[in-house]
Amino acid sequence: MGAFNAVFSRDLRVAFRRWSELAHPLIFFSIVVTLFPLALSPTAAQLREVGVGVLWVATLLSSLLALDGLFRGDAEDGTLEQLLLSPVSTTVAVYAKVTAHALVTLVPLICLVPLSAYTFNIPAAALPTLVLALLLATPTLTVLVGLGAALTVGLRRGGSIVGLLVLPLTSPLLIFGTRATDLSMNGEPAAAPLFLLAALAVLAVSLGPLAIAAAVKVGIE
Amino acid sequence: MSEFFLMGGHGAYVWSAYGLTLAVVIINVWLARAKLRAAPQRARELATQAEAPRKQPTVRRLQ
Amino acid sequence: MKLPRWFHQFGSPPYVYRLADRLCPWLGGLGGALLAVGAVWGLAFAPPDYQQGESARIIYIHPQTAYIGMMAYVVMAVASAIGYVWRLKLAHAVAVSAAPIGAWFTFCALFTGAVWGRPTWGTYWQWGDPRIMFEALLLFLFLGYLALREAFDDRDKADRVTAILAVVGVVNIPIVHYSVEWWNSLHQTSTLLAEGGPAMTTDMLIPFLIMVAAFTLTFYWLLLRRLQAEIVEREGDARWIRELVGEGAR
Repeated sequence: MGAFNAVFSRDLRVAFRRWSELAHPLIFFSIVVTLFPLALSPTAAQLREVGVGVLWVATLLSSLLALDGLFRGDAEDGTLEQLLLSPVSTTVAVYAKVTAHALVTLVPLICLVPLSAYTFNIPAAALPTLVLALLLATPTLTVLVGLGAALTVGLRRGGSIVGLLVLPLTSPLLIFGTRATDLSMNGEPAAAPLFLLAALAVLAVSLGPLAIAAAVKVGIE
Repeated sequence: MSEFFLMGGHGAYVWSAYGLTLAVVIINVWLARAKLRAAPQRARELATQAEAPRKQPTVRRLQ
Repeated sequence: MKLPRWFHQFGSPPYVYRLADRLCPWLGGLGGALLAVGAVWGLAFAPPDYQQGESARIIYIHPQTAYIGMMAYVVMAVASAIGYVWRLKLAHAVAVSAAPIGAWFTFCALFTGAVWGRPTWGTYWQWGDPRIMFEALLLFLFLGYLALREAFDDRDKADRVTAILAVVGVVNIPIVHYSVEWWNSLHQTSTLLAEGGPAMTTDMLIPFLIMVAAFTLTFYWLLLRRLQAEIVEREGDARWIRELVGEGAR
């Protein structure tokens, strides 16, 4: 537990030292969310129809932006190697790192969503389901993003390929998340897709970090 | 005989499906054979690459 | 862990290369023959469906190519896992060989499915149909695997990193298979593996199974040939390669 806290708090401190970088995904999200209505010139009703999908896609894309901060920065200056050599279990370190990453990247992103939902005329009654779905999807998304970062940490220029790997894997989140929100917009119970999101989260959190740790070890050596 | 090609109006669907599948099989056979033919040459290329590793510039970030 | 002798033999590249050389003529000959027989049977002699008409003939290629795509992924994932755990280069070679074949057949499955869907369901593609979506995901997994492999200069690192990706993605296979039971889908539920035996009449079942066998044999021919190429590329310097492939190798 001490190791978890140590890595976790250290990652948070490093992240806040470069807080301007934390803002990038948020700005990206806002831009994407603005570009869609600009491109579509939709009516109010059309906005509501596409809004849910646009918000989800924008969230997924924005979550890719901060990827590099997860492993690459530490890999470049040797910190990651030190971490692997230390007595700290790699899996514990991975849990700490991805949790910190989720906290500084995804949670602020989700905070932006209610305001953006308003601009898309999504009824306020559907907001709790939307936010809940996003929160339930966050653990899985964090793990997938972490996996993408870990698989490419050994590459000199990891950038573009990560999206290729991570985005298809996030499609179930997209499917269930938008379904949950659509159901709640129609006033129907959204329990089923929400439970599926929760199930995916459990699966991802229990098995994901093992794969991430393995990938980091292979990538660094 | 023309009935065979028209397939009761579904000709385009059936023949494009079978045609593409046949094409994919043929392409794959050709690709596999070509890869095997080129393998000794490729082995030589990889061997010479391994003997002379490229020097990668390391990027150090100044904190 | 004490492993049986045959396991070690399968870890020996020269043994596997020569085995492939002996097997391939049979796989290719029989596979090709069955493909011809099955295709002709399906196109000319099998009955049209009373509802779907002639387009039902696609049943002799669409499920088969989808099945081969999924089998290729499982082969890739299992071989990757074996290669990762036991550090067997040959296992990694099998995984690498399976990937492009799987990608091609999955593409075939998506295309034949779309073409079948148009006259049957009125649409080429249905966003949100679970089986279509997860089959498309399968294609992306193959492409991602191949792209990731190309990105690494160091082949051993490429082997191990892509092995992790392959194993993580294998959860998609049961999802594709069970998607029709878990969700409402345009696809019907399992015909062949239904309780009480296959729900298909014999005059359709026989060409169906012939094509399953045909594509399976073809897949293994393709896999072995690519595996041979992969072995030569990895072992190019070894004496047995020079002797086997001839003086052109040096």
